[in-house]
Amino acid sequence: MIRLEKRPQPSRAWSMATPLVAVLATMLFGGLLFAALGKPPVEAIRTIFWEPLFGEFSFYYRPQLLVKGAPLVLIAIGLSLGFRAGIWNIGAEGQYIMGAIFGAGAGLAFYPLEAFYIFPIMVIAGAFGGWLWAMIPAVLKTRFGTNEILVSLMLVYVAEQFLASVSLGLLKNPEGFGFPGSRNLQSWDAAHNAELIAGTGMHWGVVAALIAVIFAYVLLNRHMTGYHIRLTGEAPRAAKFAGVNPTRLVLFCLGTSGALAGLAGMFEVSGPSGQISIDFNVGYGFTAIIVAFLGRLHPVGILLAGGLMALTYIGGDIAQSNLQLPAAAIQVFQGMLLFFLLAFDLLTNFRIAIGKPEVA
Amino acid sequence: MDLSAINPVLLIASLMVAATPLLLAAIGELVVEKSGVLNLGVEGMMITGAIAGFAVAVESGSPLLGFVAAAIAGAALSVLFAILTQFAQANQVASGLSLTLFGLGLSALLGQSYVGVKPPQMGDIHIPVLSDLPVVGPILFGHDIILYFGIVLTAAVWWVLKYSRLGLVLRAVGENHDAAHALGYKVLKIRLMAIMFGGACAGLGGAYISLIRVPQWTEGMTAGIGWIALALVVFASWKPWRALLGAYLFGGVTVVQLNLQAAGVAIPVEYLAMSPYLITIIVLVILSADKSSAPASLGRNFHASR
Repeated sequence: MIRLEKRPQPSRAWSMATPLVAVLATMLFGGLLFAALGKPPVEAIRTIFWEPLFGEFSFYYRPQLLVKGAPLVLIAIGLSLGFRAGIWNIGAEGQYIMGAIFGAGAGLAFYPLEAFYIFPIMVIAGAFGGWLWAMIPAVLKTRFGTNEILVSLMLVYVAEQFLASVSLGLLKNPEGFGFPGSRNLQSWDAAHNAELIAGTGMHWGVVAALIAVIFAYVLLNRHMTGYHIRLTGEAPRAAKFAGVNPTRLVLFCLGTSGALAGLAGMFEVSGPSGQISIDFNVGYGFTAIIVAFLGRLHPVGILLAGGLMALTYIGGDIAQSNLQLPAAAIQVFQGMLLFFLLAFDLLTNFRIAIGKPEVA
Repeated sequence: MDLSAINPVLLIASLMVAATPLLLAAIGELVVEKSGVLNLGVEGMMITGAIAGFAVAVESGSPLLGFVAAAIAGAALSVLFAILTQFAQANQVASGLSLTLFGLGLSALLGQSYVGVKPPQMGDIHIPVLSDLPVVGPILFGHDIILYFGIVLTAAVWWVLKYSRLGLVLRAVGENHDAAHALGYKVLKIRLMAIMFGGACAGLGGAYISLIRVPQWTEGMTAGIGWIALALVVFASWKPWRALLGAYLFGGVTVVQLNLQAAGVAIPVEYLAMSPYLITIIVLVILSADKSSAPASLGRNFHASR
């Protein structure tokens, strides 16, 4: 008989190994899925994981890894703080949108001025926009005990409608021949989040993501607030006795994750995307949830997981054009990854025992 | 702007149609939560049900068969959630989210060849005399059969939870799974059943959107209705009849908002489209002060240590 026995301590080895096992399982089942779609499974998997890094056109795809990975890491770092404390911000997509709108809006107010201070203002405005949007569920939770999961998610839909509204109205390009969408920030130097080193994909968002990783690592390991976050997640009752202020913690976790998501949106709109448009958001806020879990809510893990997830995005695009693999297949692939990760996590906390339990 | 173009009788009739997917999903989730499980994957199960029902209805030509397939698809997806949370002891919030992300991708993949296809029509019932009555006829006696099924289901769930032994056991599991386990009830088995019931209901709700309410298939067409259904369960304080009331309220908001858009009110379309989500938040705020009626074991995993 197979039983599950709870481990006295979570296994460190399995905690490190489960993401890898989950990735392998996803490759296997993803391959089966691609085969079911009538695509060559091995080639599809190779296209997704090998082609962007070492393929013929990798000089083009490698920079993309940073471009796609930066927003994912930036958002996921913020989410992981809350997730560790049992505070569930799942509306990062909305905060990402609001960050982009605030950032672009603050910049466009100065158009066509060329000044060094415009970009920093946009950065601050972007972070503020995301922070503000995350403060809504935070304040409602601390004031009225409202469920932050539902509120933050509802606000994603509100933000999407707001995005549509500003790209058709407030921020619409007056010289855009009536097409929806704002001015292109890429063609305006003062607001352009350009590559710092040409051809590497390295832009300010990547720098911010790396700083966020270091910041989160220090916070969690060397700072009282980080200790409170971990304590609240692992032993809520002990946290209460230790005098952790839950209100402050909720405001801090949601606020930080909102600000980081807002930054991600701002760097995206001023850099790779270039403009506010109706379909500006592509689901980074939701994929970042997978990144956060895949990285085991650990800053360094998230950095690696963000890279891997960026790889599936780029590889997915290549597979789409080379093998006509549908875009949705990649979405399923990413969803599968989270599934397997959660399933294999069982081995971290439990041991599988074979045989009859001893009589106590 | 021409508000007189809005016909109140048609408004109420279409309100009931708009409310039905919400009602079905919320009743399912209510049972799941009563058993102490929080399944945040409603949106994913709904959209999967929507495409499964749509595909089967188109291929077979029978909308009813489509609804059956949708229920099966929703239940099948919910089994994945059950495996994660009940067997693998995974966090329920994370597992529910993964179900939604997976369901959205899966439905987009399955639905590619169905974009722009017209599904077979589900006829409305017609009772001689009654359906022809003015006002009352179109509101009470002129709908499709699934809409009535939703109301009957609400009554059935209410009765089972309140008066049957099964309902008592289900509630016991949701209130205190350790005590229920000590009494010899199979906690995991009962929760598995509840989760599958919730999945089937969500699937039905999804198919109602793609087959009757819209009716066509577009990617991500559930547009947060699954999440509103989750909020509705809180709104209803885990009581079936209040879920019905809530569903009609939200259905009303949606329909009025759409009618105002059509009538060309001076408010921009985007702000009107925000309103159901904003109202959900407001309602959640008003009602979240009282959490006493929530099942005590909600969201906590059960592992029998002996």
